[in-house]
Amino acid sequence: MKHNEFIREDRLPTFWCGGCGYGQVMNSITRAFEKAGVTLNDTVLVSGIGCWGHVDSFLKVNAFHGTHGRALAFATGIKLANPELNVVVALGDGDGVTIGGNHFIHACRRNIDLTAILCNNYNYGMTGGQYSSTTPEHSITSTSPYGHIEPGFDICKLAEVSGARYIARSISENVTQTAEYIAEAMSKKGFSFVEVLTPCTTHYGRNNAMKHPPELYRWLKSTVVPAAAAAKMTEDQLRNKFIIGKLYDRPGQDYGTRYRDEIQAKGIEDLAKKE
Amino acid sequence: MYEVRIDPKRCKGCGLCADFCPRNIYDFSWGSVPVAARSDDCVGCMQCEVKCPELAITVREAAP
Ligand SMILES: Cc1ncc(C[n+]2csc(CCOP(=O)(O)OP(=O)(O)O)c2C)c(N)n1
Repeated sequence: MKHNEFIREDRLPTFWCGGCGYGQVMNSITRAFEKAGVTLNDTVLVSGIGCWGHVDSFLKVNAFHGTHGRALAFATGIKLANPELNVVVALGDGDGVTIGGNHFIHACRRNIDLTAILCNNYNYGMTGGQYSSTTPEHSITSTSPYGHIEPGFDICKLAEVSGARYIARSISENVTQTAEYIAEAMSKKGFSFVEVLTPCTTHYGRNNAMKHPPELYRWLKSTVVPAAAAAKMTEDQLRNKFIIGKLYDRPGQDYGTRYRDEIQAKGIEDLAKKE
Repeated sequence: MYEVRIDPKRCKGCGLCADFCPRNIYDFSWGSVPVAARSDDCVGCMQCEVKCPELAITVREAAP
């Protein structure tokens, strides 16, 4: 299938605000689907609640729209019961690592064969721009009007120490690059994670004196450093910067394979759905 | 020669296409749909088509 054939054109325009980067990430997902050669029957998109969670409304693949923060829990069940499915999970920063942080670290640790795409827009977009666990220090949000006083998570590092199989970070405007990471993530067996830094124009941008979308895009771009350049920079130069690129790729057996090997060795019936 | 089409039903007027365009082919003011006023200058880099968050732009090679 061609990438645009995955889009439900009758549902457009999207429900996102003007300039929101989510449309770009959705575009990357469809390009990754084309690259990975997936079909409408072998792929399921699992999402949580939030603006980004709405992405399944605009795509034709099977979808499971779960509760806030629990997308990975539902996805785990879907993958273990139907090991043949490609399970792609759409997470927001609030959804994936704030309310859902515990599910996130354990999905990484167990190395479940999922592809998680986390759009990090530095706040809770849907509910009015409150700070999340990734909001950068000093930023203004609706719940930190004097400047945020907590440090934010580096989610890729969190995924790495928790045991994820594959990790990449991108920014939403790099649509084709993001698509490559997502396609590569889908090809890996185990927990694959792609973080996409995404501008929230209505809340994060306006709250932080970036009135028009292009200003926010320029600022976001100024905060990232490609991995190759970062390798030559000092820790001081890298403060408050995010490294983009393919960050991590390690071998290791995923949970489902280990589980099935184990029950087969013990002669126990496999209840997972067979082809 | 390229033909640049913007679907006015999808466009939300965010201005990214005009901002990204390396050849400055768009006329744009806040609150309106951009116009590909200088499409003769378009080199078909596809930045606007690929980066438009609303998938509202198509750039196609036009018959000369
Ligand atoms: C259990 C539960 N708690 C709180 C909410 C309210 N709620 C809905 S969306 C949301 C935040 C979403 O933020 P994020 O995941 O960053 O996604 P975004 O909207 O920014 O895409 C919250 C707190 C909810 N729906 N369910």
